[in-house]
Amino acid sequence: MHSKRLHGVHVPHRKNTAGDKPVRLPTPAVVTIPMSMHIGAPAKPVVNVGDEVKVGQLIAEAGGFVSSPIHSGVSGKVKKIEDILMSGGQFVPAIVIETDGQQTLFEGLAAPSVTNLQEFVDAVRASGVVGLGGAGFPSAVKLSVKELSSIEAVIINGAECEPYITSDTRTMIDDADLVWEGIELLQKFMQVKRVIIGIEDNKPQCISGFEKRCKDAQGVEVKALPALYPQGGEKVLIFSTIGRAVPEGKLPIDVGAIVINCTTLAAIAKYIKTGFPLVEKCVTVDGSAVKNPKNVIAPIGTPLKDIFDFCGGFKSEPKKVLYGGPMMGLAVPDLDAPVLKNTNAVLAFTEKDAILAKESSCIKCGRCVAHCPFDLSPCDIETAFRLKKPEELDVLKVNICMECGCCAYVCPANRPLVQVNKLAKVMLRNYQTEQKALEAKQKAKEEAKKEEKK
Amino acid sequence: MSKMTVSVSPHIKDSASTSTIMRDVLIALCPALIASSIIFGLRALLVTAVCVAFAVGGEWVFEKIVKKPNTIGDLSAAVTGVLLAFNLPVGIPLWQAAFGSLVAIIVVKQLFGGIGQNFANPAITARIIMLIAFSSTMTSWVFPDALARAAAVLASPNTAISGATDAVSSATTLVILKGETGAALPSIQNMLLGIRGGSLGETSAIALALGGAYLLIRRVISWHTPVAFIGTVFLFTFLVKGSLDYSVYQVLSGGLLIGAFFMATDYSTTPNTDWGRVIFGVGCGLITVLIRIWGSYPEGVSFSILLMNILTPYISKATRKKPLGGVKV
Repeated sequence: MHSKRLHGVHVPHRKNTAGDKPVRLPTPAVVTIPMSMHIGAPAKPVVNVGDEVKVGQLIAEAGGFVSSPIHSGVSGKVKKIEDILMSGGQFVPAIVIETDGQQTLFEGLAAPSVTNLQEFVDAVRASGVVGLGGAGFPSAVKLSVKELSSIEAVIINGAECEPYITSDTRTMIDDADLVWEGIELLQKFMQVKRVIIGIEDNKPQCISGFEKRCKDAQGVEVKALPALYPQGGEKVLIFSTIGRAVPEGKLPIDVGAIVINCTTLAAIAKYIKTGFPLVEKCVTVDGSAVKNPKNVIAPIGTPLKDIFDFCGGFKSEPKKVLYGGPMMGLAVPDLDAPVLKNTNAVLAFTEKDAILAKESSCIKCGRCVAHCPFDLSPCDIETAFRLKKPEELDVLKVNICMECGCCAYVCPANRPLVQVNKLAKVMLRNYQTEQKALEAKQKAKEEAKKEEKK
Repeated sequence: MSKMTVSVSPHIKDSASTSTIMRDVLIALCPALIASSIIFGLRALLVTAVCVAFAVGGEWVFEKIVKKPNTIGDLSAAVTGVLLAFNLPVGIPLWQAAFGSLVAIIVVKQLFGGIGQNFANPAITARIIMLIAFSSTMTSWVFPDALARAAAVLASPNTAISGATDAVSSATTLVILKGETGAALPSIQNMLLGIRGGSLGETSAIALALGGAYLLIRRVISWHTPVAFIGTVFLFTFLVKGSLDYSVYQVLSGGLLIGAFFMATDYSTTPNTDWGRVIFGVGCGLITVLIRIWGSYPEGVSFSILLMNILTPYISKATRKKPLGGVKV
């Protein structure tokens, strides 16, 4: 039995930028647009070095079904196409565009004609929209549901549970019309009966705004959720709104749910309304090293340095810079790193906040167990990992872990529990592949023996 | 620009650390220490100081010898020292107190791998070893303090007073409860204040409850074990004897309160799940009552906790929660 509310941690909110309207960044001199800003196959460039490109022009097409096209957010000239090192550690080709500062719009931009589900999904695919909450999963793939009747509820994710980040908050305030149009599109083309907008209760303005709209609408409701990290985690949100647990290895649709981030939905609606693809992002710029924290609208591919400069530069030298929030964000090695499609915040921290806490022995306090939203036992997973027991990792269900970081956040001994879980998943996967190969070998041997007997 | 730190998320952490947790435990033990020094005199402080010094010093020396990183800063050795002292009679020879502290830290804790790795509670195990090794000094309950002597005289005027040693021999409440001495029980008021025979830190129910409440408020411990432990002792003794008074005395006597709040809630040696903690507490309560009523020792709290320590890994494993959406392997 599970208690009605999943566990989590009360992280500091630090939503310093929630009240400020986003400001547009002056066009950067150069943008670097990686071909892999989504889950799935990298996009394939369709421009060559020396080509002139305009705002909204397609510069790379989807590299497969699970992939996404990429458009330019600037007008200018393609300077080079080269491999760059992403903060995930892999090399990815990137299109580098020198801007001309004109921001000339591409002539071909026109609202797509959408009259049925297929056209709707195709339009979403063409828009280049991916999961903007952070995962970067191509939205068109998510919306390609075999049986529309299997969708019981679409959950709009407006939880925004990470500290600092307010870009979704701004979407829900400034682009509420687009979010609402997105909901209507889902109702129209996907016959969605029930739409739930899940918002953490530390954003009363967003909640009341949508509640007003819901009054005159059918099948849309707002659910105010307790501000408890990781409320915006997909599986957590599904449990908090419709009370269902997504089984291991299954997708939300298997329990009748689709979760779409509010900014993702707004981007889809914008494309279908205007034909303007996903080429720029509202990014929360904050952190202890940033002089003037604010929300900045920047073309995808803008180097982080330009964004920080626009925010008054640094109070003191940044020692840690993150894509995303401090709980799940990815640390970047240098400030040349570009804004990606799924970048919702860039945070810079001073030396004091970048010091790595010294780890000490596990004291078996059980805090990690008590705070895990999925009731895992991170301390036991760590032991099994260090003892190299992959079969035990399977029993402990390490694959359910979403790496939200609650365990490491509360650990008094500063154990690297998230890192261990990441590595433990790899250990388990390797073990399972090995087991399968072994089984196949065994089978082949037995069959060979049978043949001999014959 | 100099290099930036690239590390795995999360990039923020709450303020709790091993040393802040242990510091909270030390703070929670302060009321009982103050009460003890009033009831038993300044020697209570001396015994505590010796135990802490040898526990911390022992850990430092041991880690120096085996070339392990120094961990006395996490304050857990200091906690062990205080807890062991609280489980000793105030008249214990200091060398025995020192010996016990070294046993707790070196044999029970460090030889099993140090903090978090020991399966048995160091203070409890050391106390049991001392009880066997020094059985006479470990069971000589005295009130060397004038205030306490006056209280003792008031409580039981028939008790012989040995003027020569300036101390009052006194049977513990549990011995009296067993009905073997014929002496009168201390009043409930004295039981709450702690003016009774017993180990130096275990007698004042009010002080211990205060410390326990602090740990609960600070979320250092959860309510499960103390409630299950104390509740089981109360219910079980009530079922056996049918007297409310008797059960209240059972709860306030011996080392039950210090055991339930401070020893049965030790992290390393008790289960890490809520249900596990309940089972642990109930088990401790049952064993305590069995020993107290039918065993040959008057007190069973230490033995019960040690026995349940041994079961802890199995309880933890058996009560591990099913992960959300977990499919059975």
